Amino acid sequence: MIDTFGSRDSAVSRGRALAATAAGLFGFAFAGVPRPASATPSDVAKEMATFGAPPTVGKVTITAPEIAENGNTVPIAITVDSPMTATNYVKKITMLGDGNPQAEIASFDLTPDMGSAHVELRIRLAQTQNVVAVAQMSDGTTFMATKPIKVTIGGCGG
Amino acid sequence: MPFETPHARLLVPATAKKGDVVTIKTLISHPMDSGFAKDSTGKIVPREIINTFTCSYNGKQILKMGLQPAISSNPFIAFDVKVDQSGTFDFTWVDDNGQTYKDSATITVS
Repeated sequence: MIDTFGSRDSAVSRGRALAATAAGLFGFAFAGVPRPASATPSDVAKEMATFGAPPTVGKVTITAPEIAENGNTVPIAITVDSPMTATNYVKKITMLGDGNPQAEIASFDLTPDMGSAHVELRIRLAQTQNVVAVAQMSDGTTFMATKPIKVTIGGCGG
Repeated sequence: MPFETPHARLLVPATAKKGDVVTIKTLISHPMDSGFAKDSTGKIVPREIINTFTCSYNGKQILKMGLQPAISSNPFIAFDVKVDQSGTFDFTWVDDNGQTYKDSATITVS
């Protein structure tokens, strides 16, 4: 119905919150209006192709709720199993989703000074989808994990 | 719509032992208009997001994050840092207008 990207979700000020409500009602009244085009599994595949060889499944852990009631803010933690030393560390983590208007969600350039490859963030999910995290190691190998997250209608989800 | 100046909130431990891995949490107030949402009159709200976040420790870059419209409003970012000496964390957020928001925090390592 109302999708995350089709309604304002800012909580910056009361004025903005009211605007969000207004946008939400508007979206509801015109539920038949097509939602923004979603990224598809093939968009994600295209992004994945930029990593060269297909990433190996493993080493990456995505921690997230299985059911996200509010698609506007879904807490995600990504941990990569790596010693994070000067010679063996995670260089980059890329996060993708196949149900958002745009496949890429975020990217992180990491350094050995972090001590552990662990990041947390809050993301928007327009609808139920698979979230993918790809880790590029300092030695050129890539690892990945996929996590399906359900987005329920009650939380502005689709 | 009036745009409030974003302000950052940081959670950095005041002290740590040498070699500890500490968790740093950051949050900055920002609407993160995705460019896909419509306002109450049905017009698309232009994209206006924070697209880059960096953290450096004693002048050396620790983490750089690229943000896309799929990041929630008031972006929250948490990560780990291994601290070997006392120093200052500098945080920078850059938005689509090229505007930069900065904040910093110090930690004492014993």
